[in-house]
Amino acid sequence: MRNAEFKARLLEPDDIRRAITRIAHEIIERNKGAQNLAIVGVHTRGIPLAARIAQKIVELEGVKVPSGKLDITLYRDDLSEVGLQPIVRQTEVPFDISSRRIVMVDDVFYTGRTARAGLDALIDLGRPSSIQLAVLIDRGHRELPIRADYVGKNIPTSRQELVKVKLLETDGEDAVELYELRGEVLG
Amino acid sequence: MKHLLDFQAWSKGSLENILETAKVMADVLERPVKKVPALQGYTICTAFFENSTRTRLSFELAARRMSADVITFNSATSSTAKGESLQDTIATLEQMKIDCFIVRHEASGAAHSVNKFSKAKIINAGDGRRAHPTQALLDAYTLLQRFGSLEGLEVAIVGDVRHSRVARSNAELLPKLGAKVRLCAPATLLPKELEGDGVSTTTSLEEAVSGADAVMALRLQLERMNTGYIPSLEEYRSLYQINAKTIQLAKETAIVMHPGPMNRDLEIEGELADSSKSVILEQVKNGVPVRMAVLYHLLVGKG
Repeated sequence: MRNAEFKARLLEPDDIRRAITRIAHEIIERNKGAQNLAIVGVHTRGIPLAARIAQKIVELEGVKVPSGKLDITLYRDDLSEVGLQPIVRQTEVPFDISSRRIVMVDDVFYTGRTARAGLDALIDLGRPSSIQLAVLIDRGHRELPIRADYVGKNIPTSRQELVKVKLLETDGEDAVELYELRGEVLG
Repeated sequence: MKHLLDFQAWSKGSLENILETAKVMADVLERPVKKVPALQGYTICTAFFENSTRTRLSFELAARRMSADVITFNSATSSTAKGESLQDTIATLEQMKIDCFIVRHEASGAAHSVNKFSKAKIINAGDGRRAHPTQALLDAYTLLQRFGSLEGLEVAIVGDVRHSRVARSNAELLPKLGAKVRLCAPATLLPKELEGDGVSTTTSLEEAVSGADAVMALRLQLERMNTGYIPSLEEYRSLYQINAKTIQLAKETAIVMHPGPMNRDLEIEGELADSSKSVILEQVKNGVPVRMAVLYHLLVGKG
């Protein structure tokens, strides 16, 4: 990783599995079942997390929960941090979100700007009856008045640190790691 | 990238990235809300020194679909008609905080020269006979949509190649993406210097079309007909028209393309243009998402 030094491993595969199971339980409890529910993951690592949560809910409730993929690049307000060539990926939400309860899933909850962009992106697709936010890690430092409804683990960090979520589907292993950034820190 | 003047400075990877982005933009256009805030706060000026309603509308819609503000400069109704130069016109417009100029001009190289006196990003929307890069990109996108990949595709481009910026831009772009281009025209309208890597020329329509995956007819510019390039329209029609008979030489899956506006029953048979082989209306439709992708990459990317 560029300009970042490994500090600690925060979550092991079993911790991630338990966190996802707990989130799935909480979603069912809060929504009194899984009827009319849909899970939408934010690119990149929110997508496998969303699929895992959806799968867990199927196991627990026996109800199929549709899941989708959301790319929020076109809704970002921090484009100054986009690289040389922006990468825009496909949004695939193959069901009508109107009147559904949507759970938006992301890996790391930080400034809140991704979640803000995700809300705008979702609302352009229809009018859900509610949108809830589930994150694997909440590392603090919010810049917007947004909070998560479901949190896998709260990890207090400094802005000088970087939280890296690794998932089997995207990185070949399940882990959450903490790094120390060196040099100039953006934001 | 800073500008899209032609494809010289563009790598295969960046071009493929634009075409990927265009797919996402096309999805946006299918939604109930056909608009994203991606270019909110940006101001785009279409500076058209030569008439072209379709290209201008396509660009303006693309900009608006991404929430940019658009102003239009049309030389026919403005000071260039009073003798103001291209340089003065751009310098004047630049004072209005323009982030991107989309330039159409009858002189080859006009868009390049705007670059010399403007700090804004520049998109060439057609300069003389030199280049019309977004047309070539939407052609590539249309091919991609039909065939999944451009690798190994044989594309015949038939007509007034000499005066065609569409032919030049396609001859530059398609080989970069793995396709082969066969340019075909009467000898008077076929500049041999366009031959090169992945680009061949021929005066024989049969040779050009045989086994092709796509056949693109170019608009015969009727205003050039009295200049001795072609003996008669009748002869051109009999030797170079793309019609039901000539298209049989191409692959069975071949598609028919035309950059528009077309002279029905001259360079292309009207009935073929309306048939299921024709993707001419798809080309027009694809213009908007492709131009959205170009604008987005130029204005937001840092490369």
